[in-house]
Amino acid sequence: MPERYHIHTKVNPGRFHRVGKFGGVDFREDCAQCTKCVKPRCDYDVYEHETEHNRNPLAAKQPLYECKACFSCVQGCTKGLLSLSINPEYLEMGDEYWKPDIIFSTWVQADMGKIPVSGAGYRGPFHGPGFDSIWTDMSEIVRPTRDGIHGREYISTAVDIGPKPMRLVFSTDGKILTPPSHLLDIPIPVILDIPAWPVSQTGIALARARAARNLGTVAVLFAEDVEKVHERDLTSVVPILNREDIPKHQELIKKTSVMIQLLDDPEVETTVPKLQELKPEAIVSVRLTLRPDTAGRVVELVRKGIKVFHLCADQHGCERVRSGESGRHIKDVLREIHGRLVEEGVRDEVTLITSGGIALAEHMAKAIICGSDLVAVDTALLVSLGCRVCRDAHPLLIDGADQPSAKPLHRSCPVDSAVQDIPYAAQRMVNLMGAWHSQLIEVLGAMGIREVRRLRGEVGRAIFMEEIEEEAFGDLDRVPLQQVGV
Amino acid sequence: MTTTIAELKLQEKQKSERLGNSDWPQENVERTVRPAPDRYRNAIGKFKVDRLASCIACGRCAEVCAYGVHIKPEGYKFTVRPLDYRCIGPDCLETGQDCMSQCPQNAITVRLNPNAECLGDPRWSSDLVLSTWHMAETGHVPPAHLEYRYGESGGGFDRIRFKFEIEEPTLRPGSSDVEENVKNAIPEEIDTGLELNRRGDNRPRVHIDIPVYGGGMSFGSVSIHTILAKARAMTAWNSFTCTGEGGYPESLRPYDDHVITQVATGLFGVREDTIQRVRIVEFKYAQGAKPGLGGHLLGDKNTPEVAEMRGAVPGNALFSPFPFHSVYSVEDHKKHLDWIKEVNPRCLVSVKVSTPTDVDMVAVGSYYAGAHIIHLDGSYGGTGAAPDIAKKNIAMPIEFALPKVHKFLTAEGIREKITLIASGGIRTAFDVLKAIAMGADGVVIGTTEMIAVGCVRCSTCESGRGCPRGIASTDPELRDLMSLEWATQRLINLQNAWREQMVSVLSILGLPSIQSLRGRTDLLCYLTDE
Repeated sequence: MPERYHIHTKVNPGRFHRVGKFGGVDFREDCAQCTKCVKPRCDYDVYEHETEHNRNPLAAKQPLYECKACFSCVQGCTKGLLSLSINPEYLEMGDEYWKPDIIFSTWVQADMGKIPVSGAGYRGPFHGPGFDSIWTDMSEIVRPTRDGIHGREYISTAVDIGPKPMRLVFSTDGKILTPPSHLLDIPIPVILDIPAWPVSQTGIALARARAARNLGTVAVLFAEDVEKVHERDLTSVVPILNREDIPKHQELIKKTSVMIQLLDDPEVETTVPKLQELKPEAIVSVRLTLRPDTAGRVVELVRKGIKVFHLCADQHGCERVRSGESGRHIKDVLREIHGRLVEEGVRDEVTLITSGGIALAEHMAKAIICGSDLVAVDTALLVSLGCRVCRDAHPLLIDGADQPSAKPLHRSCPVDSAVQDIPYAAQRMVNLMGAWHSQLIEVLGAMGIREVRRLRGEVGRAIFMEEIEEEAFGDLDRVPLQQVGV
Repeated sequence: MTTTIAELKLQEKQKSERLGNSDWPQENVERTVRPAPDRYRNAIGKFKVDRLASCIACGRCAEVCAYGVHIKPEGYKFTVRPLDYRCIGPDCLETGQDCMSQCPQNAITVRLNPNAECLGDPRWSSDLVLSTWHMAETGHVPPAHLEYRYGESGGGFDRIRFKFEIEEPTLRPGSSDVEENVKNAIPEEIDTGLELNRRGDNRPRVHIDIPVYGGGMSFGSVSIHTILAKARAMTAWNSFTCTGEGGYPESLRPYDDHVITQVATGLFGVREDTIQRVRIVEFKYAQGAKPGLGGHLLGDKNTPEVAEMRGAVPGNALFSPFPFHSVYSVEDHKKHLDWIKEVNPRCLVSVKVSTPTDVDMVAVGSYYAGAHIIHLDGSYGGTGAAPDIAKKNIAMPIEFALPKVHKFLTAEGIREKITLIASGGIRTAFDVLKAIAMGADGVVIGTTEMIAVGCVRCSTCESGRGCPRGIASTDPELRDLMSLEWATQRLINLQNAWREQMVSVLSILGLPSIQSLRGRTDLLCYLTDE
């Protein structure tokens, strides 16, 4: 039996103040002290936990996240003294993209390492911008290859990073002329990227390197952080370099993983041979900020021999437009870039890595459907450590530099304290990726696709809002919303 | 004792007059609307009415309130705590005859209820939950302060309107002039019934009185009270309920004629005699909330009772795999259908599928395999437990699948030969009407029934002991939170309120029957952003 990929998740409760959605309001002064009190009957023991610190000084003071809003107490209290309200702190978390529900669900996934399961149907809006306007397909009946639930372990989520020559070239006397191809084979289509704004930079970097090793993938690190990484984790590290940095980091390049990232510059292609001189098996990827003209740049660089690209969108998954606005969402940009590479006849030689706005497991699957080979997670890793995406002093980057200027943080940051304990922080990242991996398998399983490599660019196995809306409602008369005053 | 030929003939005659094939005495349930107030002490309404301590118990509020919020019973010294779930809010303040302005002590405040704001979500808005509760309590159209027609999801049914709603916004079920019209049109003549067999084979035609039947919920996922209440209410409305996968509880036998039994991928609890006793058998290929994933009953929920019915070992987790491992083609599918048709020569066969991009081909295939009913379960449908990623992302919502399938079946020339049923996100009577106008013959509901019996959509059906409100739990203590009689009445009331709305809308549209609405997309419009 072939060895199966397994992510070693383990329950690892968060050590940060958690914000829950519902809070109880209790008019205790009117309490009649009746014998039919609803509080001891709470199915989730919320009231008992709330007063736990009366008995146990070490108990949490405010377990405000446990109420599920079942209304049993509100509706059952003999004097009607209890009510619920939505915690304003909960609604304040994150922003319009990093919604409170996403943050909360990420915390739970990092706690348990399990796929989130709940009862009742879908609760959210019908559709939304970006990834929320895509549905993935499923396969109804005809699927001889699928072995039901027991076949799930055999769904491969492995991807290769590196140049993949389409054919071998031989000389007239039969010698192979094609240079040997080096590939980095990782078992999940995710690499761990640098956070979009500088939070506990070094600590996070160390935790990411550790998590990457446990997961069998790689973590992208700034060269100055690489030096602090534990010896064992070094082979899971991808350093980011500038052309000028290469001479001073020669030793480091030899010790880290086969992959190296270069920041884009006008002569980036000339740097690659220098790196390969240092490390013949090196896989060089170019890190590009996603802009409206990125497709052209990718095609240009492919022609010049670069085959691996890391495309960085902003934290909302949009390309950056120079005017200071965010542009199209990566789902559209990726389809364009993927399409261009297909037209050029080089898509299979190239690896595309996408980062920015990958907040949920579904985003990973959908980015791959739109044409990425794999994704890189960044902000989601911070959230796994208790981050609430407050971006303290670091406004959302829409335009300009890839890295913001570092400003001091105003308030205590949960990530700062989390990275004091690297194994704890790394385990939470592993748990999150474990949960994502299971969810990816659910999506692949439903589609009847046996390996994630075949999902890339499979837009035929997805349902796009714009197209299906026209197909389904095209024959209905259209009325502008304002006319109805909704 | 010998039986005379005349007696035998009589028995034969009685047998042929019976609806179904059941050998069990069938129970009749009365289709009567009776009040069924909230089973909890404090019902939740949209508004909260508070009376301060400065109240002098003069009883003025009880005199002015026309909605029964303030009550001072004869001989009582104090007014009882306001029944604020009945309050209609600002609409009342406009009249000047409201408790707030009439109170000599200024002791009364009316405000939005924070509890109501915690209730619901974009799909099932707070108003939809509250109005469904109102319908289940009274059996009639909810008052105007509750938006009972659409949710707040911003797409699909919530963006589709009947043209008359836009042209004459005052025209809505429940308003006095519409009800006057309905009376003149004699509602008895507006037919909301549906025949489920259109194939023209020799099997019964199977008529239901409302274009709605109940979705499959297995024993184990919901309590026996929930299952029986659904069956009793649908018996009253001469429609159907479905067992789901997981066996046929003996206590359902008195309603055999109104039960659909399910043959799902795990084949749990499927026996020849369960197939022979019903009028419809449903093949479940997939479920909208978790398309392509199959089911998983946690070991804790596999109690000895559940295991007995499923023919399994108690305490073991039970997997219902996906897909049917014997069905990889339309031919295999036909073989399956033939098997059921052979076992029960009088039953209809329904095929429940979810909604992939090629759902239209699946529907055609099912027709050629011999199905009487094709049941599309859209991706936003309900479930007792499913991965969140599947509920949101996998397969398309019913609003997209329905026109696709209807058009394709029409183009193939077989639309009149098959019954198309929609489910997965049908929340209101208006959703039913829209689904039918978009091409369905009828619908299946599930979540709505759960809401009617008191579900608040807290999404914890699967965890621990199960539903804290006793609807989806086999825990004896939680199960007894809800009585069978009460739940039955709530569901009968709900269908009455829905039928009233359907009749009103059909009379506004000038249509004689619900079937004449099918495919009338010309009556609908789509709200766009521009």
